[in-house]
Amino acid sequence: MTRRKQLDRREFLTQSGRMVGGVSIFGGIIGLFGKQAASMPAYAIRPPSALPEEEFLGACIRCGMCVRDCPYDILHLAELQEEVALGTPYFVAHEIPCEMCEDIPCVRNCPTGALDRDMEDIEKAEMGIAVLVDHETCLNILGLRCDICYRVCPVMDEAISLERIPNLRTGSHAIFVPTVHSDRCTGCGLCEHACPLPVAAIKVLPETIAKGQLGEHYRLGWEEKEKIGGSLVTPDKEHEYNLPEGFQYDLTGEGLTGPSVDN
Amino acid sequence: MSMNRREFIKTNAIAAAAATAGVTIPTVTLAKDGMDKDGIRWDKAACRFCGTGCSVLIGTKGGKVVATQGDPDAPVNKGLNCIKGYFLSKIMYGKDRLTKPLLRKTNGKYDKNGEFEEISWDEAFKTMAEKWVAARKKGPKGVGMFGSGQWTIWEGYAAQKLLKAGFRSNSLEPNARHCMASAVGSFMRTFGIDEPMGCYDDLEHADAFVLWGSNMSEMHPILWSRLTDTRLTKKDSEVHVLSTFKHRSCDLADNELIFTPNTDLAIANYIANHIIQTKAYDQAFIDKNVNFKKTPTDIGYGLRASHPLEKKKTGKGGKLSGITFDEYAKSVAPYTLEHASEISGVPKTRLKKLAELYANPNKKVTSFWTMGMNQHTRGVWMNSLVYNIHLMMGKISEPGNSPFSLTGQPSACGTAREVGTFTHRLPADYVVKKDAHCKFAEKIWKLPAGTIPRANGKTDGADQTDISGKPMGKTMIHAVAMHRALNDGKMNCFWVMCNNNLQAAANFNEESLPGWRNPDNFITVSDPYPTISAMGADMILPTSMWVEKEGAYGNSERRTQFWRQQTKGPGESKSDLWQVMEFAKYVKTDDVWDATLLAAAPEYKGKTLYDVLYANGQVDKFPAQQITDPEGNVYGNDEMDDCGYYVQKGLFEEYRRFQFEGPKKGHEMAAFEDYHASRGIRWPVIDGKETLWRYREGYDALVPKGAGVKFYGKPDGKANIITAPYEPPPESPDKEYDLWLSTGRVLEHWHSASMTRRVPELYKAMPDAVIYMHPADAKKRKLRRGKYAKVVSRRGEIMARVETRGRNKPPQGLIFVPWFDAGRLINKVTLDATDPLSKETDYKKCAVKVVKA
Repeated sequence: MTRRKQLDRREFLTQSGRMVGGVSIFGGIIGLFGKQAASMPAYAIRPPSALPEEEFLGACIRCGMCVRDCPYDILHLAELQEEVALGTPYFVAHEIPCEMCEDIPCVRNCPTGALDRDMEDIEKAEMGIAVLVDHETCLNILGLRCDICYRVCPVMDEAISLERIPNLRTGSHAIFVPTVHSDRCTGCGLCEHACPLPVAAIKVLPETIAKGQLGEHYRLGWEEKEKIGGSLVTPDKEHEYNLPEGFQYDLTGEGLTGPSVDN
Repeated sequence: MSMNRREFIKTNAIAAAAATAGVTIPTVTLAKDGMDKDGIRWDKAACRFCGTGCSVLIGTKGGKVVATQGDPDAPVNKGLNCIKGYFLSKIMYGKDRLTKPLLRKTNGKYDKNGEFEEISWDEAFKTMAEKWVAARKKGPKGVGMFGSGQWTIWEGYAAQKLLKAGFRSNSLEPNARHCMASAVGSFMRTFGIDEPMGCYDDLEHADAFVLWGSNMSEMHPILWSRLTDTRLTKKDSEVHVLSTFKHRSCDLADNELIFTPNTDLAIANYIANHIIQTKAYDQAFIDKNVNFKKTPTDIGYGLRASHPLEKKKTGKGGKLSGITFDEYAKSVAPYTLEHASEISGVPKTRLKKLAELYANPNKKVTSFWTMGMNQHTRGVWMNSLVYNIHLMMGKISEPGNSPFSLTGQPSACGTAREVGTFTHRLPADYVVKKDAHCKFAEKIWKLPAGTIPRANGKTDGADQTDISGKPMGKTMIHAVAMHRALNDGKMNCFWVMCNNNLQAAANFNEESLPGWRNPDNFITVSDPYPTISAMGADMILPTSMWVEKEGAYGNSERRTQFWRQQTKGPGESKSDLWQVMEFAKYVKTDDVWDATLLAAAPEYKGKTLYDVLYANGQVDKFPAQQITDPEGNVYGNDEMDDCGYYVQKGLFEEYRRFQFEGPKKGHEMAAFEDYHASRGIRWPVIDGKETLWRYREGYDALVPKGAGVKFYGKPDGKANIITAPYEPPPESPDKEYDLWLSTGRVLEHWHSASMTRRVPELYKAMPDAVIYMHPADAKKRKLRRGKYAKVVSRRGEIMARVETRGRNKPPQGLIFVPWFDAGRLINKVTLDATDPLSKETDYKKCAVKVVKA
């Protein structure tokens, strides 16, 4: 079901036509090897704006332009015996994350469109998705105040937010749960790289591995309401209650309030 | 690009889901307009499942429910649902929905041992009417109907009229008899008026919660999430859980009390004793608001009269007699901490912690209970023992201080209890035991005096005459007795609607199945699906369910919720309401009323029951109209189309007259339209104002100024503290049958799972019932987790896999088996012992053994 921006067949042929024939043929042969390694290992992340994996493998001619243009030397081409298809570009977030350059140099000179050259906003990149994979070692979930992943995130408060729940053990503190929002996470890997644990508790994973999917037979009522800016079904006519003097009752908000409620 | 990749994925998923549901949604439109503008009509409804009463929004397109969502504007659930509610949109679309009436036939004629063949509705009702009229000639108990706490309010009300007034039979019971009867019994004895005084706001106002036989975590999941939030966020809040086995609610417990079955009686008495010994009780509250009573003891176990245990009993019934405070104190004095701990097996420290919580005047306590306390051969006693504690402390009828009986079904309160679809009840807490109440009902229903059979068959001191010409005699028959009467051939026609009683009733092998298959009997089952009950019947009527009809439910906190018909039922299926009313057209007053009664109302002679009961100038008062919501969306109403008037409104408005015109106050509801315009309203509604906490001045308009608290259900305004001792259960483990068996539900499935097991995801999550047992018990019997074993009682056996690591962790000596699984009917094993007062079956304890399969 995962599909990145798709090139239609004609577009693909046109773009391919820009290349010299020899390169094209060579790419085709390499592509055969590529097929054998069509499934990416979970640690390997493609550069921004890469096509869906199968199409990417068909489109990428292993030219290395993106690797050359990456100012931070993050990207490299897979070598023989690696799990990633031979000659294709990738990076490993916990080694060096993507720095999310505003001008996105890695994609600009891609000759085939395996990387979308027209990508304008790096914050819209969808390289992978960060996942808090280990709740047992995450310092924040243990109640400590680390929050490093949250603070290092280039899309702070949007890609990673801290959700507060009470800390039952201490009875007087809160736990700040790092929560990834996949619609904003670019998969840059800064969080994984910055995680202070010897082995990161948060990891960037390919979307196919990282995401569950809600059933479409059910909608989240509060989100639907926000989307249209009001109730889908007409709000109730006003309710009235029998109450002692000085008390108020708010049906959807605080409930009962008054001088002696809850001491 | 107008869509990013993830939006694209989402959009495709919608299209895929819509395609599965048989709806085409143009992807382009979706992508452009977003999900809320994709042509789905949204309207509100109450969830189909438990008594919590979550409100949901129903998304309909192309005549099908394609999606639902938790209603963010509903105060109960604020947009949330449990996993059953999450799958509501799928419950109507199981592949085996029934679409045509079916009758067992051989060579084109009805044959009890024939195969099901499709027939017309006309043939169905003609066949049924012939059988029913003949069986009714035997006496008022010759026919019977078994309805539901999942009926809509008007369905229950229409059935109430059909049986009690039309057929002149009190053989009407709801499955709520298996569920809430003990709670009702105690409400009536203690307060003289049914249903809780508090509301769900107690979940936020209490400082502590005590669960007495309720696994809220699985059975009332959304209420549990509110309780959990309070526990997490309120300083010094506590949760105490009493149970006979460890379950998911114990997870949150600060104090877990796992007791030997039936010893909750002793524990409650110990708490009362502790309160008295420490003089913690609220003397002023007691003096002003409480009477002390005792109840007869050693009253048997509601088994057949021939059972040795019934012959041994020395007491009978529940007639209360007055005692003093000192006598009450003396009655609970034997229940010391030591005694309670010894008998219950609960460590003293834990019992004391619970007693001290109740005795602490500064802690607001809400007690919750469900089936653990109601399905109990001393259920009525037990309910009262908990009220005793609250009443002695004055912890009642105010925010946070609440003894709260949670109801299991979506409308056990709204329909079964408020409309009174029990053998002994009439709407709004009126009863057939009282001549005056029956006369009041007859007046509202425009019927001649003496139509409704009195409990004792007498009106104004004289015998009521039956169609047979003989005196009516005793007329009441409860659910379990109905199955026994079928078995004995005394009841010959039985109509089961909106429930699955062949699977649900205890002692399947000895009572239910032989009763249903008795050649003398004609059994009709109305259901959307071919359930165990449907397969055990002689005639099956296909039923339009839930939002395929206009409906109304009443939840645990006295909240009444309405919905409009969203879609049409499949094929020829019809709602329960239509079925009840249509059947009434096939029976004439002359068929079932005796000559004297007909002489008293000659205008009804030769009329059908439909004419008399529904076309009475009241029910048919409101003309057909177009049903629209405030946005102008138009809705169907199949019953209105068929009858030519607004049936639901007519029935509801006639029902409301019981709440306003009689001597009993405190059941007042709002007008029909008000409910369609709100997410539920909590009764009593006095002068347009809802009631949150009953019996307390300020909150309850029926309590006069200066009265403080008034339990106005009782003539003197005082509630009863009713003492009752510990008594042993009917069947305890012995050498051969060495384990306790408790049965119950699981979160994933609703009751017998006729709906939820047809949702593939829920089926996958919890496919089959398992035997939850302690690892040491398994080891002792050389049983391994995941292997099949047999659960055997004196009555029957089933086979299921052993689970030693699951959600429920019984102590040694007890197993738990859920009853949802039609493939392994645990009710072949259970005992049909009942509370002699409430007539509710005890599904929580009998003796079994578990052996290798």
